[in-house]
Amino acid sequence: MSIMAKHAILEKNSILLLIGILLVISVGGLVEIAPLFYLKSTIEKVEGMRPYTPLELAGRDIYVREGCYTCHSQQVRPLRDEVERYGHYSLAAESMYDHPFQWGSKRTGPDLSRVGGKYSDEWHVAHLKNPRAVVPQSIMPGYAFLANTELEPKGIAGRMQALQTIGVPYTDDQIKNAAKDLKVQATTDDPGAADLQGRYAKSTARDYDGNPSRVTEMDALVAYLQMLGTLVDLKLYNDKANLR
Amino acid sequence: MAPSTVRKTMTLGEGGLAFVFAATTLLCLVAAAKAQDAPFAFHAFLSAAASVAAVFLIFRGYFNRPAELPGEETEDGRINYNDGPLKFATIAAVFWGIAGFTVGLYIALELAYPWLNFDLPFLNFGRLRPLHTSAVIFAFGGNVLIATSFHVVQRTCRTRLAGHLAPWFVVLGYNFFIVIAGTGYLLGVTQSKEYAEPEWYADLWLTIVWVVYLLVFLATIIKRKEPHIYVANWFYLAFIVTIAVLHLGNNAALPISAFGSKSYVVWSGVQDAMFQWWYGHNAVGFFLTAGFLGIMYYYVPKRAERPVYSYRLSIVHFWALIFLYIWAGPHHLHYTSLPDWAQTLGMTFSIMLWMPSWGGMINGLMTLSGAWDKLRTDPVLRMLVVSVAFYGMSTFEGPMMSIKAVNSLSHYTDWTVGHVHSGALGWVGFVSFGAVYCLVPWLWNKKELYSLKAVNWHFWIATIGIVLYVSAMWVSGILQGLMWRAYTSLGFLEYSFIETVEAMHPFYAIRALGGALFVIGSLIMAWNVWKTVQSGEPAPVASRPVMQPAE
Repeated sequence: MSIMAKHAILEKNSILLLIGILLVISVGGLVEIAPLFYLKSTIEKVEGMRPYTPLELAGRDIYVREGCYTCHSQQVRPLRDEVERYGHYSLAAESMYDHPFQWGSKRTGPDLSRVGGKYSDEWHVAHLKNPRAVVPQSIMPGYAFLANTELEPKGIAGRMQALQTIGVPYTDDQIKNAAKDLKVQATTDDPGAADLQGRYAKSTARDYDGNPSRVTEMDALVAYLQMLGTLVDLKLYNDKANLR
Repeated sequence: MAPSTVRKTMTLGEGGLAFVFAATTLLCLVAAAKAQDAPFAFHAFLSAAASVAAVFLIFRGYFNRPAELPGEETEDGRINYNDGPLKFATIAAVFWGIAGFTVGLYIALELAYPWLNFDLPFLNFGRLRPLHTSAVIFAFGGNVLIATSFHVVQRTCRTRLAGHLAPWFVVLGYNFFIVIAGTGYLLGVTQSKEYAEPEWYADLWLTIVWVVYLLVFLATIIKRKEPHIYVANWFYLAFIVTIAVLHLGNNAALPISAFGSKSYVVWSGVQDAMFQWWYGHNAVGFFLTAGFLGIMYYYVPKRAERPVYSYRLSIVHFWALIFLYIWAGPHHLHYTSLPDWAQTLGMTFSIMLWMPSWGGMINGLMTLSGAWDKLRTDPVLRMLVVSVAFYGMSTFEGPMMSIKAVNSLSHYTDWTVGHVHSGALGWVGFVSFGAVYCLVPWLWNKKELYSLKAVNWHFWIATIGIVLYVSAMWVSGILQGLMWRAYTSLGFLEYSFIETVEAMHPFYAIRALGGALFVIGSLIMAWNVWKTVQSGEPAPVASRPVMQPAE
């Protein structure tokens, strides 16, 4: 009996056919995905990574909500021109707390993984409100409505709690102070800033959206953009350490 | 036949499902009252309304039906096919197709003329883009797949669709999922996983619908009157099962609250990226390829009135295709922080995938041996054949783009967008149109389509549209890729990023023109379908689709 004739067994039994399909489609996924969870070399050890502050997390959720990933990547490839244009190539560790990842697949606009600190807050706010006022050739939509939308602080602790459950190392102290930290980070010269920095290294507290009277979604988004790529000091990163 | 003497009783399915939906109505109202955000409340109300409608439909169906449930055979001894649900899905496919293509045209225009965003949250590109992709892939493509799979499985198994309410549950439930997903995008409800943007509650609902879909399909195969399972059904089965696996793996998420729309995906960073593109590429591989190959394997031979070219080839390329596809995901992550070994595996298997893909193309095209002359006279067959040619072209382009050196240029550019659309418009679009043009006269018992001339117009307008679209994206993609890496003689980057954006403008305008032509074509189809259903000449009784045994 040739192999082709044996195939008739599958063609005559739907359950065997179903099992056959399941077996055949399982192999690739198992081989490519499972090792990523236990091979130590998958995520290199770096200094400086920490979970997002409440304000940054709120900003990131807005970034996700507005679909920024449809036009902006957050992944610098180790190619000469990219490293020169955007900075050090991206490390796996830099997105280890990203649920979900935001590497993107299209650069209708530039990569944003290291945009933090490249422009002033005023620039970001003006650009988000009306991109073509700042960059005449830009084709980005305007996001002026963010500056008019109050940021609701009460839901943020629940979000951090959920992230803690799925493995982001938020401390209970951080979750307890979430709503307070969110407000503090969006305020210039707030006395609570020292506490915030104690809980989140390298976090900066200031009024991001230029409107001190309230905390808006614009505050959160700009705070997020301004911290992107700033956590790991890549001058200290030893890319040979992970070679074996 | 004498009037039935059976006393009319409600089946367990009817009663049980009506009860479940009544309970769901209450649950949804509670959820709406406790909702933590406005979109969730809106969706809870929508679900409550849909549940009420479901209860109403179940009772109406019960009161209007005869005492006995429809049997396997009609009174005159034919197989009593259940075509109602697939009629609905066919019309839904035409509707969603036009909606999805139009949104695509609109966002193409937004990229060329950004003032069209109007800076309104629900009109901005970032929210409309998932609406476009989901509408064309899942709403249009999904309805085509459900309609054709239910059609093909009944005809090739020579049996009525399994289940009384289940097929309707699948079709209506699936379309309700589309409504929830689509309105969610406009309101900013998204988990930002490409082609898997719907949030956790929509995902759960889809899971239930999909399991029922699998059960209906499988149960119909199990009660078949044919000894062999026809090849088209292997592809449909692989598509349904694999999409279930992918959906569950990629969408594992933890909602922040049972009464809120937001959730966080349990995977993070590099693992999430791998999960996403394992899913994403196989949404292409199984939803847009395996499922549509099922269409090809039934409608091309049927329309050409020729047997499938090679039985052997179909076996080999079926197993090779579904085995290799699953590995191809990492080619979306070349040169990223994904480990090199995974990228290399992804590239290798993507290149190998060229072969089984072309196996399918060859099997489809060669089926026309001895019937090539029909291409001159039958524009529907021409549409089907050209779709297979586009399939061949994009499955050559894909492996080429998965080579790391090529990918370093093409990735992040419009070349990818062009590649996707040569597959989506050329292959998926045309094979779907061909199937709809076959299905409508068959299902509504018409002699033929209202106008074959209109099919011809649709074919040529849409083809010119695709050519404009794809070539514009090739030029813009390669141009932008080259501009990004261009250096001056002094060793500086030659172009700022915004200069490369500016250079894209003419191509974005041409792409929008191509998209507009494609939309016009689909409107011609809608008109033709409408006229056929409304006024087409009824099919003579003898020439109803002949129940031919499957090969």
